[in-house]
Amino acid sequence: MKKRKWDALSLYMHYIRLSIRSAMEYKASFFLQVASQLLLSMTTLMGLAFMFMRFHSVAGYGYADVLLCYSIVMMQYSLAEMFVRGFDTFAGMVRRGEFDRVLVRPRSEILQILGSRFELTRIGRLLQAVVVFAYGVSHADIFWTPLRIMTLLSMLLGGILLFSGLYLVYAGFCFFTLDGLEFMNIFTDGAKEYGKYPIDVYGEKMMKFATFGIPYALVQAYPLQLLLGRSDCPLYALFPLGTVAFLMVCHAFWRFGVRRYTSSGS
Amino acid sequence: MKKYVSFFRNRFAMGLQYRAAALAGMTTQFAWGFMEIMVFRAFYSANPAAFPMTFEATASYIWLQQALLAVFAAWMLEPEIFDCIVSGNVAYELCRPIRIYDMWFARSMAARLSRVALRCFPIILVALCLPKPYGISLPPSAFQFAVFLCTLVLSFLVSVSFYMLVYVCTFYTISPMGLRVMVGSVVEFLSGGGIPLPFFPERVRGVLEILPFAAMQNVPLRVYSGSMTPAETQRAVALQLFWLAALTILGRVLCARAERHATLQGG
Amino acid sequence: MIVMEHISKRYKVARRSGGAGAAMKSFLRREHEWVQALDDVSFTIRDGEMVGYMGPNGAGKSSTIKILSGILTPDSGRCTIDGLTPWKNRIEHVKRIGVVFGQRSQLWWDIPVIDSFELLRDIYSVDPAQYRRNLEELTALLQLSELLKTPTRQLSLGQRMRCELAASLLHSPRILFLDEPTIGLDAVSKLAVREFIHRLNREHGTTVILTTHDMQDISALAQRVILIGRGKILLDGSLDDIRRAGSENPGAQEEDLDRAVANLYRRLGIS
Repeated sequence: MKKRKWDALSLYMHYIRLSIRSAMEYKASFFLQVASQLLLSMTTLMGLAFMFMRFHSVAGYGYADVLLCYSIVMMQYSLAEMFVRGFDTFAGMVRRGEFDRVLVRPRSEILQILGSRFELTRIGRLLQAVVVFAYGVSHADIFWTPLRIMTLLSMLLGGILLFSGLYLVYAGFCFFTLDGLEFMNIFTDGAKEYGKYPIDVYGEKMMKFATFGIPYALVQAYPLQLLLGRSDCPLYALFPLGTVAFLMVCHAFWRFGVRRYTSSGS
Repeated sequence: MKKYVSFFRNRFAMGLQYRAAALAGMTTQFAWGFMEIMVFRAFYSANPAAFPMTFEATASYIWLQQALLAVFAAWMLEPEIFDCIVSGNVAYELCRPIRIYDMWFARSMAARLSRVALRCFPIILVALCLPKPYGISLPPSAFQFAVFLCTLVLSFLVSVSFYMLVYVCTFYTISPMGLRVMVGSVVEFLSGGGIPLPFFPERVRGVLEILPFAAMQNVPLRVYSGSMTPAETQRAVALQLFWLAALTILGRVLCARAERHATLQGG
Repeated sequence: MIVMEHISKRYKVARRSGGAGAAMKSFLRREHEWVQALDDVSFTIRDGEMVGYMGPNGAGKSSTIKILSGILTPDSGRCTIDGLTPWKNRIEHVKRIGVVFGQRSQLWWDIPVIDSFELLRDIYSVDPAQYRRNLEELTALLQLSELLKTPTRQLSLGQRMRCELAASLLHSPRILFLDEPTIGLDAVSKLAVREFIHRLNREHGTTVILTTHDMQDISALAQRVILIGRGKILLDGSLDDIRRAGSENPGAQEEDLDRAVANLYRRLGIS
């Protein structure tokens, strides 16, 4: 069993190596895309700056606080896109019939789809997020305790799991229809776009939805309280791990989709 | 003229076919508008005095922006036109008795209008039904609404002629990717696609209002809610007309040069 | 040994009218039509046979192949391949089969072919010594030595098909499914592919199941032909059986195979 796990990991690494080598075949295009990723998120940042030049604070959060929130969400999203892009572009895979190929290979479908695409270009956005994060940290005077560092790490991990879950659901939908799935962008792109503000900014109802519906708040607003020193409750550090439950639900939906595919073949 | 009308018709009919996508797009636009308004509500309750216009006007601005997205959106460029230039297939187009600039202009207008036609009315209808400060308010007067429609048409034409420049510039670059991304993000932001232009700092806004960016979407959205004085409106319309003329002339000249170049090179 | 017994499969096909409303509605509650893709299909294929599986488009060919390769679960019937039920023991089963989809590549587009091969080695956990042996043999037989270092996108269609074949055989499968393996190939490549498949079958005893519309493929490769139409097996026999059944004069043989098949389809009402 243990050997199989290692085997799967080394196969995954093999996939990633090939992905990177493929991307490097078009170096100019690669660097252009990285640069454009940087540029694209730059305007969001400018928008934030303009708003805070005018208002200075929102719902009790200052500019630096929001920058921290924005950069952490950006990191979660970029990392998820980087590693889970295969599911994000799954519609194409189904349309081209490539999922059949996945099924005639003696490996987990999820591993093969994860491996099919590793989006290194997202490093541009990740870099920008790191820079913004550093800037935010230097202005928010956070005292870095081990607990806070753990909170940050668990936020990143939880965020990746949350977005992965959403991509899994999207991919699961692809087994039923390929039309109109753009609406899933509301939950992925939308979370990136509007997650730049802590969710409690949007009011209580949104917080409820983001806690018990799609648990964005578990990887954002709650642990952020601990990070920003607005609360001392160490439990908040564990909140992001609640996304594991969400991921399990999403995975069940994905399995349901795969079963439908193998019973309908289309 | 007739042939350009039929280009327009073909592309328009094609755009109407993607109805599932339109439904999904509408849902998305609606969610975006909703979130956007919640953000501004939070800022409003933080400091209402710092608001550059009333909250109602802001809500109207946001809903109209979502409903009319396809009229202005900078990232909604036609990939086929880029492909046509990059692959060199444009040489075939040059053999036909048409002006490329006009053909693409018609095509861009049709693509955008077909998107708007499917999406704008449901969004506006729902927004009209929302409770008071969060929905779209009716225009203050029929005259104001007429002015809004005029500025809307002008801003549509300015947008299309601006994006025409992007296509034409593709003739002069090797990879249109960078250009597209640049326009998609920077122009979108500068014309008020990220945060409404009135929320920009005074000095930046002053500059943007003279440049074509404000003429592209800010003007009609602000005219609608009546947050512009008559004098400001007159100035804005004059600037729209100026930019429309300047951008189309520039586009035509560059396009003609590029065509000559392309034929000399043999395609 | 492949045993298919009374396999049936019906598909629910969503009846769809255009329109966003209809799309939304069909998402919530679909209106269905039933299509009988396979209707009581039975056949047995012994180890080492080469079988051509024919039929017009939509006859049930790809459903059969999907069931045999474990992708699709039938509604009823039994199927065992070397003792395994493909859709129940899919992972175990697919280790022992190779599949070539003529129209879809399994090679990575932008990197040298050999890199895709090495990934496949890891996917199938092929023993390194065996991988080396197989690679050497396939390289020699399919003349790949020049191609291995080339990115897939730079290969001609014929070169790519040779690489696809090799890619499907690196794990020494006992059964090879070929879906339109010569489509779009030039004459030289077609001959090379056929020659290779023959040799593979002769020297390794690999069972080959071939679906194609190309009658020359069938006549060059298949000792046995199974003809399917509207989900039913209509003929299971030799090429001569096809020639006889497709002849316009009773008792005679139609020499032109394409014509024989066309006549046959018409007569059976399946074209």
